[in-house]
Amino acid sequence: MSASPAPHDPSEISEIIQRNMHLEGPLLPILHDVQAAFGYVPDAARAPIAEALNITEAELHGVISFYHDFRRKPAGARVLKICRAEACQAMGANEMSEALLAKLGLGWNETAPDGGLTVEPIYCLGLCACGPAAMIDGKVKGRVTAEALAAEVAR
Amino acid sequence: MKVYVPRDAAAKALGADDVAAAFAAAGAEVVRNGTRGMIWLEPLVEVERDGQRIGYGAVTVDDIPAIMDGSAESLGVVEEIPFYAKQNRLTFQRCGVIDPLSLADYEAHGGLTGLRNALAMSAEDITTHVTESGLRGRGGAGFPTGIKWNTVRLAEAPQKYIVCNADEGDSGTFADRMIMEGDPFCLIEGMVIAGLGVGATKGYIYLRSEYPDAIEVMNEALVIARENNLLGRVLHSPREFDIEVRVGAGAYVCGEETSLLNSLEGKRGVVRAKPPLPALEGFLGRPTVVNNVISLATVPVIFEKGAAHYASFGLGRSKGTMPIQIAGNVKHGGLFETAFGMPLGELVNDIAGGTATGRPVKAVQVGGPLGAYFAPEKFDTPFAYEPFDGAGGLIGHAGVVVFDDSADMLGMARFAMEFCAIESCGKCTPCRIGSVRGVETLDRIAEGDATAIPLLVDLCETMKDGSLCALGGFTPYPVMSALEQFPEEFAGVKEAAE
Repeated sequence: MSASPAPHDPSEISEIIQRNMHLEGPLLPILHDVQAAFGYVPDAARAPIAEALNITEAELHGVISFYHDFRRKPAGARVLKICRAEACQAMGANEMSEALLAKLGLGWNETAPDGGLTVEPIYCLGLCACGPAAMIDGKVKGRVTAEALAAEVAR
Repeated sequence: MKVYVPRDAAAKALGADDVAAAFAAAGAEVVRNGTRGMIWLEPLVEVERDGQRIGYGAVTVDDIPAIMDGSAESLGVVEEIPFYAKQNRLTFQRCGVIDPLSLADYEAHGGLTGLRNALAMSAEDITTHVTESGLRGRGGAGFPTGIKWNTVRLAEAPQKYIVCNADEGDSGTFADRMIMEGDPFCLIEGMVIAGLGVGATKGYIYLRSEYPDAIEVMNEALVIARENNLLGRVLHSPREFDIEVRVGAGAYVCGEETSLLNSLEGKRGVVRAKPPLPALEGFLGRPTVVNNVISLATVPVIFEKGAAHYASFGLGRSKGTMPIQIAGNVKHGGLFETAFGMPLGELVNDIAGGTATGRPVKAVQVGGPLGAYFAPEKFDTPFAYEPFDGAGGLIGHAGVVVFDDSADMLGMARFAMEFCAIESCGKCTPCRIGSVRGVETLDRIAEGDATAIPLLVDLCETMKDGSLCALGGFTPYPVMSALEQFPEEFAGVKEAAE
């Protein structure tokens, strides 16, 4: 995932749409594939998707904005997701996150000014017996500390 | 030298990948199994010696030379570790034992026996067998699975579906993830049997995006299942069934079956009013079985060992076993599959060994973010559907999250409302607006405004009675249980009493 927007090759978008059109209910698979290709769902992808599925752009916007996963702009080069759910809270996740965010100088859902890191909350990674838990660039981490996570994202 | 290093996400989160790579580099034959569920021991490495699997807990790369030359201190035979030995593993009989992606391993440990038995039965006999087993939806609602299947079986339609709800979003639950990562063919086999029972030829696994490892294993398992005729023409019979994984997009409410169906169709994951039931008008308006991962993964063992065998476990109308997930601030956290009926306190104090911090247990939240908090006074409640309902709670997907005496119960109640506000689909007013007002009301209470307490109680009543689905309807459980059992922490009450 890159901090600078990838060029929106219209042929790539239409290829992604066509590849998924045979599915029953193809919209989420299309949006996931677009985001995997570009790191976010570019506004330029909206018209062709709406047209292919015969839905309005308003309806499409409703879907994109409903789900936490879909981004309208690129995330930082690295993405850190920290679990905020109860089981992790029971092991001090709140204090851990506060200390880490203070160290990083970032708030929830913020991207560092240099585009290097985005920090997001996540509600449960299924690592509830080894909390607090986090995920860095899709890799899971258990029993994390603010120090360990700060060192990890600095690498 | 044959070494087992789990590929389960929890083991990976604690360093299993590095350990596996180091064993391979040292010349060991490495099998990436699922987890045995003793998460506090992960990465739990097992070494095969004289036909027995000897365990080593919390292994790091530095421990490897001593493990390989036999000088390291072991946990002994893994099956004899008390936490494991005390379980009744039916659904999870193979998880942690086998290589999850070896179909031969799966068959050698009882896999496909249930499907072969089901293939010899009529659709009606299949659904009757499930009804007789007493299996109820393991995802939380507890609805009898056989009755649901029979409704779909009797519905007339050109196409029917089996939809597996793998949107396990409840904090404190990880059984679905564990079975998908540790024994994926078990879920596939259960879905195929469901298809035979109701006359469906297509299945979907709606899998949450927060579980990248489970997505990877499930997809690989589906390819292997197709190559070996577990899918497609089922075991070379004339019956057809295929399964597709669909990935969610980070919306908790999509664990609600009607929201899930909308999401699968490519819409916003808003709930649908019932009726019509999904059993009659589900995915794309067609008759659909929507079952949780554990419900479906329990089906093979019912057909392998018989409905009567399965029903012989349990308590009252809570039949069979439940994979209980013990998590949070706990010494021995992990998955403990046992017959319904064990008292909550035994699970928390004896099985889990109390808190990880060594401080007294203050409260236990059972059933995810929408489940009630149980103070130790209620620890004699037997773990089963009806007794928990009677004690003002719910077992949900059987997540047990333990908190020590440092827990802030007003803060936890506020979090429950805040979570509901963030995750509400917005379709019904009590949930969409009630949760936002709930946060504000709890903030007033925190500031010492006692008059806000009756307002909170009233708001909870409205959410409970007026919400369309469990998200708004059950959020009052954690809030009210915290208020009722820990009134001294709700400052307004304290001041009013003074």
